Amino acid sequence: MADQEVQVQQKREVEKKQESTIPLRSFLPVSDIFETDHALNVVLEMPGVAKENVEIGIDNDVLKISGRIDIAKYEGLQPVYTEYNIGNYSRSFQLSNKVDQDGIKAELKDGVMTLVLPKSEKAKSRRISVN
Amino acid sequence: MFPNFNDPFAAMTALQRALESRLESEWIGASTSGAGSYPPINIFQQNDDFVAVIELPGVDKDDLQIEAKESTVRISGKKTPNYGGNASVHRRERLFGVFDRTLSLPVQIDADAIRAEYRDGLLALFIPRAASEKPRSIKIN
Repeated sequence: MADQEVQVQQKREVEKKQESTIPLRSFLPVSDIFETDHALNVVLEMPGVAKENVEIGIDNDVLKISGRIDIAKYEGLQPVYTEYNIGNYSRSFQLSNKVDQDGIKAELKDGVMTLVLPKSEKAKSRRISVN
Repeated sequence: MFPNFNDPFAAMTALQRALESRLESEWIGASTSGAGSYPPINIFQQNDDFVAVIELPGVDKDDLQIEAKESTVRISGKKTPNYGGNASVHRRERLFGVFDRTLSLPVQIDADAIRAEYRDGLLALFIPRAASEKPRSIKIN
């Protein structure tokens, strides 16, 4: 595992339901989702997004995460050779488990966002004993 | 180059177009360090010097090595997951492993003066052009 070489992943664009008037492109953050006993963990790669530019919300069991990049840093820079494009990030997930919305924790480190969505009490799996 | 930085949408669109137009340009194409290896790199010119912006989300700064000599810059390291065991996976898209990429620039650079910054998953290398490469004005006697 450790010696495997990392491959380049092409960025996937967000599919829009409507076409916007401005040809702005946004991208889907590459994501891992895993479940532990107590929580659902969502990990998203959003390079270039600072903490203050992240929005997280849950509406109708749909978790939506968006992150804005700061393009002011690119002012005065003229591209000579490029391999990737940049843009804001946005992604939504339909949650299968009921989560405790008040207990959601989010952490952003090195461009990776980690969300811990604690399961609500009734969604936790119970061990069923046979009498 | 980006005429209206006060309008964020226009600025973003202009930047995206500019990046698109330089996609895998011939600028370093002729050298051995072709495109397609990890990590992906964008190179910009800033006045006489260059800035390379490299996407490395989730890589610990201590796991990253940068070496420079003559006109090449080597970026190597490893990207390891920091998940605890005992989790059931719903979705796995992130890739982990080691990487080692050498970038040859078609210009002489001042290897000693390269500056690196890593923030929010982006590595920025500020690469100054070698003094011998800089244009000099020639006086007429």
